[in-house]
Amino acid sequence: MFLPSISLWLFITLACFLPLVGISLDIASNNLGVDPIQALHIRLGDWSLRFLWLTLTITPLQTITKWRKMADYRQMLGLVAFFYASLHVIVYILVDHGLDWHLIAVDIIESPYIWLGVLAYLIIFALAISSPKFGKKYLGKNWKKLHRLIYLAAIAVIIHYYWQLKGNLAEPLFYLILILLLFGFRIAVWIKNRQFNRMMIPSTRKIRVKTVQRPLDVKQTDIPSKTMQNELVIEEVDMDD
Amino acid sequence: MIIKTHKDIPSNEITDPLVFKQRRQIIKAMMGSLAAGVAGVSASSALAEPVSVWSNIPKANTTGESLIATPSDIVKNHTNYYEFTFNKTDATQLAQSLPTDPWSVEISGEVENPAVYHLEDILSQQSLQEYIYRFRCVEAWSMVVPWIGFPLANLLKMAKPLSSAQFVQFTAIYDPKTMPNQRDNAMLEWPYVEGLRIDEAMHHLTILAAGMYGERMPKQNGAPLRLVVPWKYGFKSIKAIVKIELVKRPPVTTWNKYAPSDYGFYSNVNPEVPHPRWSQNSERQLGGSFFTPRRKTELFNGYGSQVASLYSDMDLRHFF
Repeated sequence: MFLPSISLWLFITLACFLPLVGISLDIASNNLGVDPIQALHIRLGDWSLRFLWLTLTITPLQTITKWRKMADYRQMLGLVAFFYASLHVIVYILVDHGLDWHLIAVDIIESPYIWLGVLAYLIIFALAISSPKFGKKYLGKNWKKLHRLIYLAAIAVIIHYYWQLKGNLAEPLFYLILILLLFGFRIAVWIKNRQFNRMMIPSTRKIRVKTVQRPLDVKQTDIPSKTMQNELVIEEVDMDD
Repeated sequence: MIIKTHKDIPSNEITDPLVFKQRRQIIKAMMGSLAAGVAGVSASSALAEPVSVWSNIPKANTTGESLIATPSDIVKNHTNYYEFTFNKTDATQLAQSLPTDPWSVEISGEVENPAVYHLEDILSQQSLQEYIYRFRCVEAWSMVVPWIGFPLANLLKMAKPLSSAQFVQFTAIYDPKTMPNQRDNAMLEWPYVEGLRIDEAMHHLTILAAGMYGERMPKQNGAPLRLVVPWKYGFKSIKAIVKIELVKRPPVTTWNKYAPSDYGFYSNVNPEVPHPRWSQNSERQLGGSFFTPRRKTELFNGYGSQVASLYSDMDLRHFF
């Protein structure tokens, strides 16, 4: 099974860069429309969002198919999302604003929709640099906690998309529905696991173990002086106790 | 800011306006000769199309600066015409279905002479001039357009506004048959309505435009008659006007009604007053290359020396 998985890996990796090829060809042939810089922002942003969404699709797929190997693809897709997000940021700084830091600062400060883009990028940046094995080793338990921030990044991204539109909000609706489905799946799994745990350990009930003295059946003993015996009693207690 | 365009129509798929006009002329000529054959009327009058290209239009000298116009194919293929579509490129083709000939404009309200004018009568009475203005969209892009038109004040004076006329309300065409988003009641309240204060309307920079780049106004750019108020964001410059009313109270305008905190009644270009969700500090100039720097947005879009006095006692942050 070694060879097929390598070729699948290669195939998916190459496919991830097809959008970049398409965008490059459109730049070369001057085919980006009337507002080419805006077109670049949109296309790079769109692909970054799509790969982020794909990254978030891996865990549910893994749960359903029980195919463990998929975790590797999750890392790869996440890195591709980071790659397109980086190009998106580079075009904003270098092409749209020509490295005019004053202009960039004012634009960011005055544009709440960009705050969310910045937040999402900082998160994805942190996740990307901590994603290799040594990052995992270095961060230990905190690695998983840190990488849960991907959910926050996804929320920031979808708001970043919505807030820059003048009004026709139907366009990002598709992505909003997708991310809600992906989040919904995780919530459903979480609730299911919680119920399962509850069945195994009745954690919502408290019990108290008491020792009580009971009169002893005379027939059971031949020691006349012993009339009482200790017995363990388990009783339920209210949560308020 | 970003209004997404899913796919761009290659410019070769967009029917050349000349082809459109030719088609119409051929049909008219056919109808004309048919009528002539049946009723014995001369067909020549049917061919008397209004001029499609103006020559020798004098340049208006209202701004005292010489601007270089944005390439016309950019201005013709980048329009927000929400009645048709939310896509700036698709609007070019979709708008071609709007019938604009014949066209009449009603002038009513607080005036001595309310009237309904044929557009051709208005145009023949006005001396048309070329006005090269910057056009700044609230989405932070801009271009330079050589409009052909006449001062709105000239038309208003014909109607003789009463002293009670404090504002001017403009209404665009309502044609749900050809305008998909009107048919679907999509997003905004239709028809599109805009408004100006009477002194803004009477200002010499405020024009009604019937053409651009020496030609009749392309349909996607607001044919046959649109408003141009160069110191305000583009959405104030309403397209395809059918009614001009002089009114006592501030008109309820379309975008202001849709999102009052985002789009004020005045909507003067002002880099100091950001949109609640994005900056208005600079603008992307269309028609340049990847290396064309952004333009620092100017107060009143650079027309402050001529219009600032209209707002001298106003807090522009409050009356945005």
